[in-house]
Amino acid sequence: MAITVRRPNLSWSEKVYLPAIFSGMAITFRHLKNMLTGRTKVTMQYPEQKWDSHMPDHYRGAPALVKDEKDRVRCVACQLCEFICPPRAIRIVPGEIPSGNRFAKVEKFPEEFDIDMIRCIYCGMCEEVCPEQAIFLRKDYAITGYTRGEMVHDKEKLIEIGGVMHGLVLKWNEKK
Amino acid sequence: MTFLVLTSLAKIIGIVFLIILPMVSYAVYAERRVSALIQDRLGPNRVGPAGLFQPIADAMKFILKEDFTPANVNGFYYWLAPCLAMVPAIMTIAVVPFGSTLFGVPMVIADINVGVLYVFAIASLGVYGIVIAGWSSNSKYPFLGGVRSSSQMISYELSLGLAVIPIFLLVGQLRLTNIVQYQIDHGWMIAPFIGHWSDGWKWLLAIPMFISFAVFTIAIFAETNRLPFDLPEAETELVGGYHTEYSSMKFALFFLGEYAAMITGSAIIVTLFLGGWHLPVPWWNHAHGFHWLLINGSLGGWLGVLGGLFNIFVFFAKVTLLLLCFIWVRWTLPRFRYDQLMRLGWVFFFEIALVNIFLAAIIVAYLPK
Repeated sequence: MAITVRRPNLSWSEKVYLPAIFSGMAITFRHLKNMLTGRTKVTMQYPEQKWDSHMPDHYRGAPALVKDEKDRVRCVACQLCEFICPPRAIRIVPGEIPSGNRFAKVEKFPEEFDIDMIRCIYCGMCEEVCPEQAIFLRKDYAITGYTRGEMVHDKEKLIEIGGVMHGLVLKWNEKK
Repeated sequence: MTFLVLTSLAKIIGIVFLIILPMVSYAVYAERRVSALIQDRLGPNRVGPAGLFQPIADAMKFILKEDFTPANVNGFYYWLAPCLAMVPAIMTIAVVPFGSTLFGVPMVIADINVGVLYVFAIASLGVYGIVIAGWSSNSKYPFLGGVRSSSQMISYELSLGLAVIPIFLLVGQLRLTNIVQYQIDHGWMIAPFIGHWSDGWKWLLAIPMFISFAVFTIAIFAETNRLPFDLPEAETELVGGYHTEYSSMKFALFFLGEYAAMITGSAIIVTLFLGGWHLPVPWWNHAHGFHWLLINGSLGGWLGVLGGLFNIFVFFAKVTLLLLCFIWVRWTLPRFRYDQLMRLGWVFFFEIALVNIFLAAIIVAYLPK
């Protein structure tokens, strides 16, 4: 059955719609005036002004490998992050630590550790899953490059972003 | 003869390349900045100080882009259409007096005695650019845009033409310089405060003039395809309208043609209703008391040059103000529905303009000499 939708009964001033036009123009003019007098708050001018100082600690930016106070890359190449990574952005080639090394009992270290930042979705699962507190999402967000190759962060780059992290659990203390 | 040719050439080059074309590109810039301000944004502010070089960057981009011609278009008309969009708008400015005199040379390119008729004849050609673009593109959206444009044109040209008749009843001439001269002597058409400003007849006459002004301005909005009457290029309905299939500089010509038509339309409105290049300056001295001072290029020496330049400045300042109104309206009002537009054109403005002619005629008939 057809339902007839009743048209609204317009008053005379609504029918000529001149009052509506003029009030609309008054509204836009008010906005223009408020912008010109600087009363309206406008958006941040991005490259000049940045939000970095307001960034919360839980911000999830670029993932990075960290070193501890003893200058050791904390990653033990367990590959859990490689397995958990939803977009499969991480690629690890594990290597063995030679027996003479100070940290020989750690057994493994990543020979290569690549994160493809084109694939990375900044979900933070790698950080979550890491048993060694070795990978963290830092506050870097402007990851750019001219080629696809440039967008793959290798181990050196990841360590450079990560830097040294203090106050972590010292699991592999060689004296223990 | 040589002098006439040389000065005309100088005026053509000066007005087209030094005033109209820069004004067109900066009208685009103004459109983007003002719309941004109205919407609480900032708009283009990167290229140069406050984004002032943005039009140059845009022009560079348009020139360097690939000029793509779709396979199934009608080549000749496809190329002709952008030219037809731009040329009439610039040609119309030829009869508009944009200043008094400068070094004794009248500041109008062609002071012909059919002034306004020429304007209507040439400005209406602009619609051919749109219709031909829509037809030759061989695509349904441009075609619809072209069809809409032609029917919009016939419903608005009528009231456009009828709206100016009260002026000719009053002035008795079509020559635009004479219309400006009349307004200098008797006050602007819609604000006759020059001369005997306490004369009640003049203010009575200003009523039909104001109606004319309103109808004419709204018709110019429709004529130049500006919102709320931008049906030929309604983005939300017709993709891009008549210029959907155009790219790079050919698209830019349509775009700039629209702004050039806006500037020409504003110039016509200013000339007919707002006193042209005339701006009276309130003055007081002991001999005459308070009076309006007429500044034009007829003063002697460097004062005359300054006066002439001042008149040109006043004319384009008025045009700029009207352009800002165009922009303001565009970013306020939504687009009319198609039947609403036709109704507005045929049922309201046509009748208003007709009745207005009678009103003006009656007042003019009883106007004491």
